[in-house]
Amino acid sequence: MNLLDVARGLRRLGMVGIGQRNAEFVLMYNPRRFYPRVDDKLITKKMALGAGLPVPDLYAVVREEHEIEELHAKLEGREQFVVKPAHGSGGDGILVITGRRGNKYRRSNGQLMPREEFDHHVSNMLSGLFSLGGQPDHVLVEYCVQFDPVFDSVSYKGVPDIRIIVFLGYPVMAMIRLPTRLSDGKANLHQGAIGVGIDLPTGTTRRAVWGRELVSEHPDTEHTIVGLTIPHWDQLLMIAAKACDLSGLGYVGVDIVLDRDRGPLVLELNARPGLAIQMANGNGLLHRLRQVQALEAAGQLSADADERIAFAKANFPTA
Amino acid sequence: MKKTQLYVLAAVFAVLGLGAFLYKWQVLRFPVKPVAQTEVWELQARVEFNARRGPHTISLQLPDDPPGFVVLDETLVSRRYGENIERSRDGRTVQWTIRRGNGSEQALYYRATVYRDDHAGSAEPEPRLIAQPAPLYDEPFATARTTLVENAREVSVDAASLGAAIVRAINADPATPEVELLIGNERSAEARALLAQSLLRDQRVRTRVVHGLELTRARTDIELLPFVQVYESDAGEWQTIDPRTGHIGWPDDFFLWSRSDSPVIDADGVGRPLLEFTVQGSLASSLDTARERLESKNKDLVAYSLLGLPLQAQGVYRILLMVPIAAFIMLLLRNLVGVKTFGTFMPVLVALSFRETTLIAGIVLFTLVVSLGLLLRFYLEKLRLLLVPRLTAVLILVVLLMALVSVVSNKLGVEAGLSVALFPMIIMTMTIERMSVTWEERGGAAAVREGAGSLLVAAVAYLVMSWNRLEHLIFVFPELLLVLFAATLLIGRYSGYRLAELFRFRALVHDDPIVSRPAGESAGAVTPATPPASS
Repeated sequence: MNLLDVARGLRRLGMVGIGQRNAEFVLMYNPRRFYPRVDDKLITKKMALGAGLPVPDLYAVVREEHEIEELHAKLEGREQFVVKPAHGSGGDGILVITGRRGNKYRRSNGQLMPREEFDHHVSNMLSGLFSLGGQPDHVLVEYCVQFDPVFDSVSYKGVPDIRIIVFLGYPVMAMIRLPTRLSDGKANLHQGAIGVGIDLPTGTTRRAVWGRELVSEHPDTEHTIVGLTIPHWDQLLMIAAKACDLSGLGYVGVDIVLDRDRGPLVLELNARPGLAIQMANGNGLLHRLRQVQALEAAGQLSADADERIAFAKANFPTA
Repeated sequence: MKKTQLYVLAAVFAVLGLGAFLYKWQVLRFPVKPVAQTEVWELQARVEFNARRGPHTISLQLPDDPPGFVVLDETLVSRRYGENIERSRDGRTVQWTIRRGNGSEQALYYRATVYRDDHAGSAEPEPRLIAQPAPLYDEPFATARTTLVENAREVSVDAASLGAAIVRAINADPATPEVELLIGNERSAEARALLAQSLLRDQRVRTRVVHGLELTRARTDIELLPFVQVYESDAGEWQTIDPRTGHIGWPDDFFLWSRSDSPVIDADGVGRPLLEFTVQGSLASSLDTARERLESKNKDLVAYSLLGLPLQAQGVYRILLMVPIAAFIMLLLRNLVGVKTFGTFMPVLVALSFRETTLIAGIVLFTLVVSLGLLLRFYLEKLRLLLVPRLTAVLILVVLLMALVSVVSNKLGVEAGLSVALFPMIIMTMTIERMSVTWEERGGAAAVREGAGSLLVAAVAYLVMSWNRLEHLIFVFPELLLVLFAATLLIGRYSGYRLAELFRFRALVHDDPIVSRPAGESAGAVTPATPPASS
């Protein structure tokens, strides 16, 4: 195997590496001052609400150690909720509670979690164990998404989420991440979730990657995961395009979940998205990004989200 | 920010750094090799004489920019005598004078430190032509001289070969009757040199007898050696002939003391003074001699360089200046190769401590302490401590573990174990903490992989840092760090693939049935334009 051939092949496919992503897109298009808008999920949530984008309801915020005690009282009567660090990355530290049993909480993977363990976990979040720079963090408790039954057969104890990369307001690539037994119900590819590439024009899944292998069935449920149509697809693209405008960032990943009752909800934004999504799509980002850059150079960037989505649908199919 | 600006900046720094480096290397002659040593000789000329009561003067020829050597440090020791150094066309002379000698035995000293280099002597003006005609000699001397010279002239082509032929004739063994007649029993090199000079003068060849020392080993009884020099007007330079062998050319290890025809020692008003030489050779690091040379040129240049620092501080900077190198290695491994490490600079700090522990022992000790720490950390996890108390607890355990390793290894007689104390314990604590978090979230494999990556980077950084030549180079030429800075700037915008990515993505190129084409082609609406400037 010749590495130079590999490099040339990847170039041809337009695969963007970490270096190129950081140098040419993240550093160039994402002004540092807007990072808090995506890094702090609380700010993201407030801004999304202000712009009328749907987000999961916020149940409580924990900022201090002593507030953990009060948290239990605040959550009285709520069977299901999600606890997450405001500055978490890659799904680290997120706790999904799907029920109670006496004094214990039941996690999405079925395990029972004693109250002390729960408190300890929240305390770790506050100390910054899961935050990007290790700085003290605050904790969000929010609505637990009831995922759309369309995904029932293709996810294992968890919420599949849809990641759409938006560049200068144009959706350029999308995938859906399906939790597996290996990923402990989390939709994180590093932790063993499946990444499934989505064809932008049609919103159907094309191709799935689990770890480094190509799969076409969900390893836990054995159901096919290629050829599914994502419901509310146009709405999803619209939300993604608007969320990108909202963030002030040029190159952003928008994570959306589909709720059974409430439809698409924005979970979080990411200022440094985009490597695994290329594997899932079997397609590099670069050619697509260059097309948008060509528009930018020609001064033809559109301010209208509909127009941008039309452009994306016309130009960015995943075979 | 335009990329061109970055390139210009990088180029400026690289040129600055390289320029300063070349200047110091080529002009100031700082050594690029750490072991480069130069010969240093301590010379001493001792003049001993019986001073007369009353005024007298002693003059001694002094070395004046001898070719192949540099005189660094000169001192004259002359109690009660006034001293005056005169420079003339023929070199330098010191004159010791006194109005009232006390009539006892006197000793005057000239001491110099010289070291070998490879410079040619300073250019000399062309010597005067010989104006007066050759003196008339009585017979049979005149015939003897003519015979000698005529025979030599037969086998020579120019002044130098004539001189060499004359010297060979003088040295012929058994001696020819002519030589017997001219110098009799006086067979010293000095006499032969003077005879050769006088014979050459008759032929209107500009010639002189120079004196110098042969510096090959330490000696206390060394004598000045005479050499005959003839001036080749075509080449415009002096040719040297050994009066003992007739060999033409500058002798090896020859330290030119005096090139004047006047006697090396001259005394006015005292009896024949005794001149003795002592030489003591040693090897000194080129760095010291370069510094001294620099100092003799311009004191500030040394005072404002690292070489002017006290030795202890120099030792610190020898190490500190290597830290950027280690960081650069880490940068290469992380950003070009794609090795994952714990923390950004953790491997650099670990590499620094490897300097004390050596590599293998360092890796073993580090792994030992971190693994033990991890085990304890897993137990602490059960206690549900808050972050900061937990870190403190791990730190305490790490220190205790280090002490334990030292004590046990001392008992076992493994000396390397003692050096565990030099590991940065804060770094170890953080490593243990992060490793355990990674372990829980991404699994043991990922944690061990990142830990191994960190150790790999540390090991490579250590190997580079412990490269003596590099350490010397950076310490003597710290401006090379500017070149490193320029390289860092350039890599800062490297946007190609990392080596690890090629492996990660290679399935896409080879086995993938879905061959993708640039998306624009299918739609035809927008052709993938040439990439616009990314600014």
